[in-house]
Amino acid sequence: MSVQASPTLFMASASAAVAALSDVITFKRVARLGEDALRRPTGSEMWARAVHLCLRAAARGRRGFTSKADPQGSGRVTGELIQHLERLSLVDFGSQEAVARLEKAIAFADRLRAVNTDGVEPMESVLEDRCLYLRSDNVVEGNCAEELLQNSHRVVEEYFVAPPGNISWSKLDEKQPFPHH
Amino acid sequence: MAAPMLRWCCPGRRFAFARVGCGSCHRRGPPTGSTSNGKRGQSTVAQQPHITAQKPRKGEREWAAVVGLEIHAQIASNSKLFSGSQVHFAAPPNSLVSFFDASLPGTLPVLNRRCVEAAVMTGLALDCHINRKSLFDRKHYFYADLPAGYQITQQRLPIAVNGSLAYSVSVGRKPSQMVTRTVRVKQIQLEQDSGKSLHDDLRSQTLIDLNRAEGQLRVDANISVHRPGEPLGVRTEVKNLNSARFLARAIDYEIQRQINELENGGEILNETRSFDYKLGCTVPMRDKEGKQDYRFMPEPNLPPLLLYDSGSLPPGADPQQVIDIDRLRERLPELPRVTRERLVRQYGMLPEHSCALLNEVGLLEFFQSVIKETRAEPKKVTSWVLNTFLGFLKQQNLAVSESPVTPSALAELLDLLDRKAISSSAAKQVFEELWRNEGKTPAQIVAEKKLELLQDLEALEQLCRSTLEAHPHVVMDLKRGNPRAINKLIGLVRKATLGRADPTAIKEVLERQLSS
Repeated sequence: MSVQASPTLFMASASAAVAALSDVITFKRVARLGEDALRRPTGSEMWARAVHLCLRAAARGRRGFTSKADPQGSGRVTGELIQHLERLSLVDFGSQEAVARLEKAIAFADRLRAVNTDGVEPMESVLEDRCLYLRSDNVVEGNCAEELLQNSHRVVEEYFVAPPGNISWSKLDEKQPFPHH
Repeated sequence: MAAPMLRWCCPGRRFAFARVGCGSCHRRGPPTGSTSNGKRGQSTVAQQPHITAQKPRKGEREWAAVVGLEIHAQIASNSKLFSGSQVHFAAPPNSLVSFFDASLPGTLPVLNRRCVEAAVMTGLALDCHINRKSLFDRKHYFYADLPAGYQITQQRLPIAVNGSLAYSVSVGRKPSQMVTRTVRVKQIQLEQDSGKSLHDDLRSQTLIDLNRAEGQLRVDANISVHRPGEPLGVRTEVKNLNSARFLARAIDYEIQRQINELENGGEILNETRSFDYKLGCTVPMRDKEGKQDYRFMPEPNLPPLLLYDSGSLPPGADPQQVIDIDRLRERLPELPRVTRERLVRQYGMLPEHSCALLNEVGLLEFFQSVIKETRAEPKKVTSWVLNTFLGFLKQQNLAVSESPVTPSALAELLDLLDRKAISSSAAKQVFEELWRNEGKTPAQIVAEKKLELLQDLEALEQLCRSTLEAHPHVVMDLKRGNPRAINKLIGLVRKATLGRADPTAIKEVLERQLSS
């Protein structure tokens, strides 16, 4: 699943940006997750758009994406914020070039501020006018453990196998040889 | 991982208590942060422990503890909250997992109607305001048992808010010293459960089972202390407490730990701790890295959940697709508070008895079955059920459902007692026999052991007279004014009747004979 294909990851990271800007968060440096296992494509325009929308939202408050004439700051994304976003979203910015690209994309998306949304209710989701379908409480699926377990790289007796805690496999493999099944 | 969960947050009142040896009280706590809810009809707020507050020593200022509970209760439904796979515990790992539960790309959540009904009914039972519109959100964090990388929950606008629960707690040594307390329910929300992780430290791996449906009731406690009048202190979260007793102990310990820390000039970290059952203390959890940012966002795949009442039901709507709050309110069973009040009114029992009857699973039904079948007075039934029956159960650590004595058997026994066919001590003996579950009825046991009360008044009179004659010095003692001499005489007559005479009857006859 690539980052570019997932708008939700962008939005998720964007709200992290909101959090970072609207609160004063001091966080410790956390061991970076194994880069090899987790390298993702670097910042894209979609990413930046979402980040920017949320950065604007931060000026007014956490929720919604309506605009108010609140001038944004310099538009610089600090190193601290990048670290925070990387840790939360597992998106690797990799290089200073990527960060610069992100800032340019934020500036590009800034043009959305030109839209006047006074008196317009924030949209909750694109489905907000649809009916939420209610399913009857019947058992109609499941029982496909074998099929599902085929997706997993490692399996032990019908359990998926994951590394302990939130440490990647590659970091573990560096430390000790992993017994292959 | 769509096992349906209900979560609710209970803020309580603040309570001031002095330094040492104080119990804890459930107070208001800001329950922010992780939500998890389980769904299950049986959810209870933990019982208040016995409170022993000491007066603060001179010069010492008081501390107030603030406690909030996050209760995760699993909903009793056939299928999961967002998928059609089964909800069942102790199934082979990953056998109850659908493609959605495994978070395979392209799968979408589909809301289970029964879970919504359960959430609404819980909200109604806890006196909450039901939100006609509630929203679903995503809460993001990375963990191996959360394959999607997020959990669907209701953070912005949950299904029910602002409820309360009144409960009784004993405040003194005597069971009759009870007070009523109220705890506020901040909100109730529907949310997914995560999977189950088994940590294999030996091989540095974690085994993941995405079935869920484990741990039907879990509680996390948020605890902080502060001086009354000052702002709230930093809170810690104590996670995954599975029984009311451990919950109370963990909270007590944590309150004391925080007080000690602050009084020694230290500071409280906003951290997550777990309770070490063996050591009886809370310890920091290794895994947590500072403050979590869950990056809440609206769940893009679920429209808002709309609920209706009989006044607002859209005409011609498919009944399967709309939820009528008023209909659900009608379907609510009798709530415990109402039951307790009814028992006191109907049977004249004390409030603490009605509490006791409702505190044991199945006991109320047992009691009501006995009442139906026996002619004995309700007070007698209450006493036998709560003292003798419950006593035997507790002694052998049995549930009501495992009792060897059926309601019919007890009813028959109480009938015999009521008819004065046997004495109350004989009845106790019969009960012991019944408990041995050898298939005999009370009547059979009475006949076998010859426990019937002596009905022949003539014979009793005869026995009394002969006893009096055989023990002139005791009679002398009695005439001299020793009140205990009569008991000796009664005992002697009872022995002579082989325990088959009622002591009160004997006393009556003796006194009559002595006065003549």
